[in-house]
Amino acid sequence: MTFGTMHYLIGGVVALLAVASLAGWAISRRVTSDAARQTVRNLNARIKAWWVMVAIFAVAFVFGKAVTILLFVAVSFYCLREFYSLTPTHPSDHAAMAAAFYIFLPLQYWLVWIDWVTMLTIAIPVYAFLALPVLSMLKGVTADYLQRVAKIQWGLMLAVFCISHAPALLMLDLGGTPPVQLLFFLVTVVQLSDVLQYVAGKLFGRHKMAPNVSPSKTWEGLIGGGLAATGVGAALWWITPFSPFEAAGMAFAIVVAGALGGLVLSAVKRSLGAKDWGVMIEGHGGALDRMDSVTFAAPLFFHLVNYFFAR
Amino acid sequence: MIGALIVGATRLVVGGQGVWVGCSPSDRQRIYFANHSSHLDTILVWAAMPPELRRRVRPVAAADYWGKGRLQRRISLGVLNAVLIDRQTRSSDPLGPLKTALAAGDSLILFPEGTRGTGELPSRFKPGLYHLAKAFPEVELVPVFLDNLRRALPKGSLLPVPLSCVARFGAPLHLDEGEAKPAFLDRAREAVVALA
Repeated sequence: MTFGTMHYLIGGVVALLAVASLAGWAISRRVTSDAARQTVRNLNARIKAWWVMVAIFAVAFVFGKAVTILLFVAVSFYCLREFYSLTPTHPSDHAAMAAAFYIFLPLQYWLVWIDWVTMLTIAIPVYAFLALPVLSMLKGVTADYLQRVAKIQWGLMLAVFCISHAPALLMLDLGGTPPVQLLFFLVTVVQLSDVLQYVAGKLFGRHKMAPNVSPSKTWEGLIGGGLAATGVGAALWWITPFSPFEAAGMAFAIVVAGALGGLVLSAVKRSLGAKDWGVMIEGHGGALDRMDSVTFAAPLFFHLVNYFFAR
Repeated sequence: MIGALIVGATRLVVGGQGVWVGCSPSDRQRIYFANHSSHLDTILVWAAMPPELRRRVRPVAAADYWGKGRLQRRISLGVLNAVLIDRQTRSSDPLGPLKTALAAGDSLILFPEGTRGTGELPSRFKPGLYHLAKAFPEVELVPVFLDNLRRALPKGSLLPVPLSCVARFGAPLHLDEGEAKPAFLDRAREAVVALA
């Protein structure tokens, strides 16, 4: 195996995390108040979970398309499970949910695997959209029918359709650029944007952006963290087919879509009466708490790249 | 070994997290009684307990299902260490095997509805729980609510949908001095409903 760009990029992320871990350890020895200790403990739990996530991603990146797709199958599976577990459906929706898990989830990623872009973009929005209400209707229970069907479709759209657009980047022919580097670009910008918004919000946060939807989000956090993440995206232009200016624009689109996705999923979560989507990752809540920005950013980024840069 | 495999598979498919709301895991002698909506209920309550408890906590299972085939017997008797009861016979004391197990100091997992229900809340409890509470007053009665399982594997379906299911354990209760059977059974059912 040659020591390519991806290895340097992963090395860079590992170095960044090592710095974060050291900083977290140093801060944990200096805080005194209970509230601050709580914040630092949460921060360090997040950093620890990041190590695990980065390790999983590194393995997928190094081992290629098949492993990367399997990784996203697992991500979609856990997100869909969290969504449906929190969503009150009726036992007569069993067939529709079984179809979502056992037919449409594998189908979507199989389409990614065989590079069938057209079918990838219509399988769930058209075929699942029509098939799922049929399965729920067959049981003959009409109480809350529209709400139940809509929730099942929402879960499938977000957790499977939207998230599958991240590994779908691997289908694109970008001339000389290996598409896996665009996946790295997307994941790095989205996740750094989340982290930097959290940090900027903790440091400078004054004005709440959407107190009812997501009480911890502030304008200072969004603007500071979003601009910083856009800057990081621009600085990564050399791994993409973009010019530095285009890279900044793409990163900005990812940041905006990601922030809106986070807010929308927060609103969904609250309408279901929960604070976190799950308990899978210590300090992070569930898988969907980590992927909420990706659900909105991935399809947008995929189509922008496909339209302007793919051949 | 097979036990670990079953717990692992259950966890993977339907989650099976134990949430101890009203009491903590303890090796005190207890009867855990839960709502019943799917074939996975027995395994789920059992899997939600810490491993060291599982050895002394025996699920009560219907002989007409869990005692039938070789695989069912292998799991119910070999792994779960279940107490099988006969739901059909009227002649002998159907609670006999349970009393033997309680007298030996074992804890039990019981589904007092007697059969799988279809509603969101449990249907009426059968009197077995009352008779056991009366015969063994020192045993703690712990209500358990199994959430999401009726959506994951509703009656009549064979394929579990992988939702995260939770077993919520409530505060222990006892049969009061002179409490009538229907009043007690209602109170026990309410304790399960309160965890929903």
